[in-house]
Formats: sequence, structure tokens, C-alpha cells
Amino acid sequence: MKEYNKLIFEISREGRQGYKLPPCDVKNIDISKIIPNNLLSEKELSLPEVSEVDVIRHYTLLSNKNYGVDTGFYPLGSCTMKYNPKINEDMASIESFTQIHPYQNVKTVQGSLQLMYELSEKLSEISGMDQVSLQPSAGAHGELTGLMIIKAFHENRGDFKRKKIIVPDSAHGTNPASASVVGFEIVEIKSNENGSVDLDSLKSVLNGEIAGLMLTNPNTLGLFDENIKEISDLVHEAGGLVYYDGANLNAIMGKARPGDMGFDVVHMNLHKTFSTPHGGGGPGSGPVGVKKELIQYLPVPIIEKKVDNYTLNYDKPLSIGKIKSFYGNFGVLVRAYCYILSMGADGLKKASEMAVLNANYMKSRLKDYYYLPIDRVCKHEFVLGGLKQGVSEVTTLDIAKRLLDYGYHPPTIYFPKIVDNAIMIEPTETESLETMDEFIEVMIKISVEAGENPQLLKMAPYNTLVRRLDEVSAARYPVLKYTKEV
Amino acid sequence: MFPYIPNTLEDEKFMLKQIGVLSIQDLFKDIPDELKLNRELNINPSLPEIEVQKHVKSLANKNKSTEELVCFLGAGVYDHYIPSIIKHLVSRSEFYTSYTPYQPEISQGTLQAIFEYQTLICDLTGLDVSNASMYDGSTACAEASFMAVAHTKRKSIIVSKTVHPQIRKVLYTYTKFKGIELVEVDALDGVTDILKLKELVDKGTAGVIVQNPNFFGIIEDMTEIQKITSDNKSLLIMSVDPISLAILKTPGEIGADIVVGEGQSLGNKMNFGGPYLGFMATTTKLMRKMPGRIVGQTKDIDGKRAFVLTLQAREQHIRREKATSNICSDQSLNALTAAIYLTTMGKQGLREVAYQSTQKAHYAFNEIIKLENYKPVFNKPFFKEFVIEGPQSANVINDKLLEKNIIGGYDIESNYPEYKNTLLFCVTEKRTKAEIDGLVTVMEGIK
Repeated sequence: MKEYNKLIFEISREGRQGYKLPPCDVKNIDISKIIPNNLLSEKELSLPEVSEVDVIRHYTLLSNKNYGVDTGFYPLGSCTMKYNPKINEDMASIESFTQIHPYQNVKTVQGSLQLMYELSEKLSEISGMDQVSLQPSAGAHGELTGLMIIKAFHENRGDFKRKKIIVPDSAHGTNPASASVVGFEIVEIKSNENGSVDLDSLKSVLNGEIAGLMLTNPNTLGLFDENIKEISDLVHEAGGLVYYDGANLNAIMGKARPGDMGFDVVHMNLHKTFSTPHGGGGPGSGPVGVKKELIQYLPVPIIEKKVDNYTLNYDKPLSIGKIKSFYGNFGVLVRAYCYILSMGADGLKKASEMAVLNANYMKSRLKDYYYLPIDRVCKHEFVLGGLKQGVSEVTTLDIAKRLLDYGYHPPTIYFPKIVDNAIMIEPTETESLETMDEFIEVMIKISVEAGENPQLLKMAPYNTLVRRLDEVSAARYPVLKYTKEV
Repeated sequence: MFPYIPNTLEDEKFMLKQIGVLSIQDLFKDIPDELKLNRELNINPSLPEIEVQKHVKSLANKNKSTEELVCFLGAGVYDHYIPSIIKHLVSRSEFYTSYTPYQPEISQGTLQAIFEYQTLICDLTGLDVSNASMYDGSTACAEASFMAVAHTKRKSIIVSKTVHPQIRKVLYTYTKFKGIELVEVDALDGVTDILKLKELVDKGTAGVIVQNPNFFGIIEDMTEIQKITSDNKSLLIMSVDPISLAILKTPGEIGADIVVGEGQSLGNKMNFGGPYLGFMATTTKLMRKMPGRIVGQTKDIDGKRAFVLTLQAREQHIRREKATSNICSDQSLNALTAAIYLTTMGKQGLREVAYQSTQKAHYAFNEIIKLENYKPVFNKPFFKEFVIEGPQSANVINDKLLEKNIIGGYDIESNYPEYKNTLLFCVTEKRTKAEIDGLVTVMEGIK
């Protein structure tokens, strides 16, 4: 295919048009008679002038420069890049869902409210929580919401001393960032060699100033923290609450539930576990579930089921308030709802079982070639620590870049930080044995290449549309928009 | 079998053997028995596609959409025309099934589209730099208030009561938890009360938030507000309707420091409230304080132009608790939608959308106030929305309109009790004269 390297602004031609509106059919009034001149812009916009065909070709060619789950294997650890079922897209684009104004009379939106109500019930059952709010827009937004709930809980009891949140050093950077936005101080604790919470380290920081602990289980190494009940008990005894970062729910559906492990607040990523597409960065959805005593703090409005209809209830005096516009990313919720309907209780459990089986299979085949810091049963993902036969100059980044040449999206790299040269692999349940085997063969081949010709890897990739980028000058001399050359 | 799970029983056996365990259950032995869910989840059993379709369509059929009803409702979400090509391009799965573009070599499609989006937002707003988009208009506004506090090292934010009540509620939640003081400045005759603003602004004011056109549809005179803000070295944060920027003075011309807004009307369906996108742009001076993802242009090692996520030193995965925000995503697909919309409509089209909306809104306004029982609430220049006082409560009027398949205006009284029996109507370019006349006829019959 011919190489295409133009910006939409560079194909603009004066006088071209990509739209046609009906002529204005009301009597026109001179605009200056309606709006005083001092309120009108003096400048003309410089939006592109292109035909409909230009727009279609341009963005189609851009899409060809992207790699998605539909293109191929995407073993990006902690991101759960499973297949995005197409029926979900169809259902989410039904006009009677998409063409609804959020402020329409509730009588006219009963179907949407019922869908949301039922989805939150299903998510409550899957997570073992008592009630779920579908409002948060993303995982980080779910964290923010959950932490606000924790703060509101303590303050409502008149306990204003609890200003600290415990975050393990293995946690994603978003955890401490979210806690900080909610006005908490961060207390970092060490992880043990399994990436799990170090009990002594935890005990040493528990006191009356601790509002809660943020954790994911399976942990960021993909290992189930067997002490989870003891951990949550310890935090509870100290008066704190335990927050579940739902990034890793895909390993345990139908097998175990955060609610049964002692978690008080959870968020779930519908764009991970529940198959909604990532969209190149968003939109996602990060519903938050809570235990009974925290229900009253959930963000408003709450969708309630009455005898024969559904309503939006804003009258919740202890609620943390509103955390976003309207009620949640509805279009994403439709997709997750369809996924749960399609999979059912049996399918969700099977999905977790196969996600775990696939990950353990890949781990067992790769550990002879790549360093495996902890050799025990993993859950849905596992973390390698670079090449087993260390070749000093070949880094994890080089391995990732070489994978691009072989047509794969690389795994997550350099996370979690507690493993040097981390390569975090999450195959998900939607990949076949053949796909995994092909990827494994490539990983083995790269380990051989690293020994024979390290320079080959240092300069990779070769086969991509663009090669390694100069990220340092991108940040030092930022060019953040197109400027027409004069 | 499940269509999304390819491995067969044979595959399972083969893999178990390779791992060296006997059964899948052996892979879950690390979960203590007392924590295992020893029952099936209490949700439906799996359903084939045909059944899922039937069920979900039956839910959709319980709704009444704006395809069946004529919509005169706005209040932040707008029924503007959406070109067909958007659906086709945004449905390309190379776009929607990809992750955040962490591997730029195979993500140039998303990265370039965002770079173009940023350029388009800068052009629209007249400010220097845009981020890659945020959750929605209200959270973008809350993030802007954090940015103002971080930049000025002051602790208080002033927001006009003419800002959308929902945005103010989200702001209230965010600032309360962060420990920022939020002060509301009164409205006077439908616009921000300049004298009161002057009294409130002081050395503790990090930023002043004003919406334009404001919640009542009125175009605020920003000149004095800008002066008050800059004289006090506070930041001026504007929340704007992007469509209006095709004709109204831009935040750049006004001298705003940060501009945010709800990007839904840029080609995104109303979707019962989401997903949308919040846009945010600012000055070069404040660039490194801006939250969210940002795409920059650079070169690859062969010297070829390429795009990459940049200025990441601001972000949570590097800065952890010291980050400018906890946001670690954008609304990429909605930003792509906005970019395609702005590109398709182009310079002429966006202006025509703004122009026709203004004309039709004024036609509707003039026809409604001719009616005996209806009168205007404010006497100020407006864009595509206006407030009318009727003979009954908004609920009663809207119920009667709904009987005739018309979605009426937003109930102003629900948030501003001082304005009894008032509705905020919105008229976009999609409404025809016949539809407007139909609205007026039904309203005339409501006494």
C-alpha cells in the first residue's frame, strides 16, 4: 500500500466542502441585530476545507496505521485486551439508546434505566458487593469516587484524623495519584518477594490516622495474595477500610469475590474484564461497588426500582455528590450488559478459568528463556524479568520493540516497578493455543537473537511504518499542534 | 462452548500437561477454600446472540428517542446534526479496539488523529495548547480549577451561578475533597453580577469560572470579567459551547487562561449522557500544568515525521501522588469523533450550524413571546437557548408537550427556585420551521 503521511490540514483546499445542510427555513435576521458586535468573533476559524471523500480516505488511511485487538494478539499485562464482541457494538448503536437526551422525562427512558439497574445488580453479584454505581468514567475515576466514599464514611462518623491511605509499592501510579486528588496523604508499604503485602510492614503503619488501604488481588505480579483476609481484618481492626482496584478481576469471576475477601469498596473496569473496547485510550467505565454501610455515600443520582418503573433519586443527603455529568458512560454500559448476558454465569467462570490456564501455559513455556522471578501458579497474568541469559546491552524495551517487527503488540513493560526489567504478559481467555504458541516461538527467537546479534534488537523495529521516536525532543521542544508553514 | 473462548477440551488437556497440573482447579488452589465461591453466580446462564438481541431490543423499545420525539431540550447536551461518515470511520476496529498509544510505532493512527484534534481545539478556542480530551465537560472544569490552584498556589475558586448547575455540583464535590474553597458569585438579570464578582475576588482567588454562553443561553460580556481576573492575577477559566465559537468571540480573543467545555455536540450522539468528551485548552505558559494526555510531534530515527504521547513528566504513572491529576486516559474515540466532525463540517459548516441555530432559536423565541401566556425572563443577547416563563410549572407544560411528541425545555426552577414556571428551550439547526411552529401551537393551547 502507498505510504500516506499527510495531516488533514495539508489536504485542505479553499472552497471544498464535506457537508450539506438544508437551507435555513426561518426568516433570517441580521446577526448584528441579535448579537452585539463586541460579543462576536473578529477572526475566521481556519478549520480544514475538505470533501467527504477526502475525510473518509484520510481517516481510513490513519486507521491502517493502528494496531487493535482485531488486528492481532495484544498481551498487554494489566490491561486485559480481550476480544470486543461485535454484537455489543450493534446493541450499543440502537437508535432508541443513542438518540436519548439525558434530561428527557424518565417515563421515556425506562428501557435505559432498566438496563443500568440490571447491570449494576449483576456487577454487585459478580464482585460480592451490596450496591454498585455505574457513574465513574474510567478506572482512575472509580478510584477517585471510591476514595471519596471512604473519606465521607470516616468524616460522617466524626473521625477527621484519618488522612492517610496505604498504597503498596507494587501499585500502579494511579493509586497514589487518586488518593492525593481526594486530599489524602500516601503511606507506601513494602511488598514481599511475591509482590504481596508485607504483613509486618502493614502492621507497622496501621494506626488511627489510616483511612484505608488500596490493593488489587490478584496482585500486580498476577499472584493471588493468600493473606488477603488477614490483611483486610488488620485494616478493619485499625478502623480503616479496604479498597479493591479491579484491574485484575478477570482472573476470579465465579471463583472468588472481592466482597468475600473483606474489601469494602471496589471498582471494576468494564473496558477490561467486561470486554468493552478501549477505543485507543477511552471511553472506558469504572463502576464502583460498596458494602452495605457505605451505600448512603454513593454518588447521586441512584437508579431505583419501584413497583412498575425506574427512577433517578438525587435525594441522598450523605452522598459524596455528583462526580461527573449525568449517569455514567451509557454506551459503554450497554456493551458490558450484553457481554454479561452472552457469557452468563457459566461463561464468566469459564473466561476466568481459561484466562488463568492460558497465562500459566505461557509462563511455563517462556520461563526457560526469560527470567521468572517467582515460579508459582499465577492467575490471569505473569511478570518476567528480562532475558534469562542476560545480555547486558539488550533491555526490555529492545525486546518489546523487536516484537513489533514480528507483528505483535508487546506486553506491558517496566511495570510493576518492583521487578527489574519487567515484562508483564496477559493473554486473556480469548486467545487460542496456536496464537499463544506462535507468540512464544517469536519470544524464544528474540532471546536467541539477543545473544547472537544484540545490535539487531537495539535498532528494532525495522518493519513498522515509523521506527523508534525521538521522545526526548518531543518533550523538550513540544510541538502540540499543526502550524501552517508560511 | 463459547464463541469468544477458542480453546477446546483437547487444548486444555495439552496445556495442563505442559504446566504440570492435573486440572484447571489446581490453578486456583492458591485461593483459600473459605474465600472460594462454592456456588454458581446468581446471574443468567449464557445466551446465544439471537436471544441477547431480542432481549436488549425489547429494552430499547421501552424508550422514546429523539427520532420519535421532537427535541427542544439542550442544557449542555445538544441535538445537532451528525454526518453519517462519523459512524463509519469511528467503527473501524483498528481505532476502537486499540489501547492507549503506548507503542507509537504501531499507533500512529490514534496519535495523529489526537494531534489533529488538539490543533482543531486550539483553532476553535483561540488558545495555544489542548490536551487529548478528558471524561466530560464537568470533570474538565473541575480539573481546570485544580490547575488554577496548583499554578497560583492560592486556595479559592470563584464560580458564577450562571454556570451549569451540574458543572457546579461536580466542582463542589471535587473541590470539597481536595480542600479547595469554592465560592459562588450571584447572577444579576441572567448574567454574572460584575459588582459582586469584584467584591469577591481577592488575593486568595486562584481562578474564576464563567460559562459562555451561560446556562440561560445568554452571551456574557467577558471584557470586564477578564479585567477583574487578570488585575488580581487570578486565572480566568471559561466553560464554552464549542459550536458557539464559530461566531462568538473566542476565549483566546477574550484573554482566558484555561478553556474547557463539553464536546458532545461535536458529532457525538446524546447517548443518555455518555460517553462524551471534555475538552481543555490553555496558554503555553500553563502547558506543563495541564492534566491529561498530550500528543506531540517528533521524528523517528530515520527522520520521518511521527507523533507520540509527550510531557509525561506531569502524569501519574511517573509522578505518582505528585501528578497534576490522577487521570490516565482520554476519551480518544470521542475526540476522534470530534475531529472528524470538525473536519467534515469545516470552516463553512461549523459557522452555518452556529448561524442556523441562532436564527432558528430567535425565530422560536419571537414566536413564543407573541403568545399571551408566555414571556421572556431575561432581556439579553442569546445564542441557541433562551428562558421563557409560562402559565404553569415546567413539568405541567412539558407533560402536555410530550403528549404531542415534543420534548420541551429544561426546568429552570428546579435549580433556580427564584424563577417560577420557567423553561430553557434550545433550538438547533436540525429543527425545522414546521417543528417550531408545532411547538408554538401546542404551547398556545396550554393555559
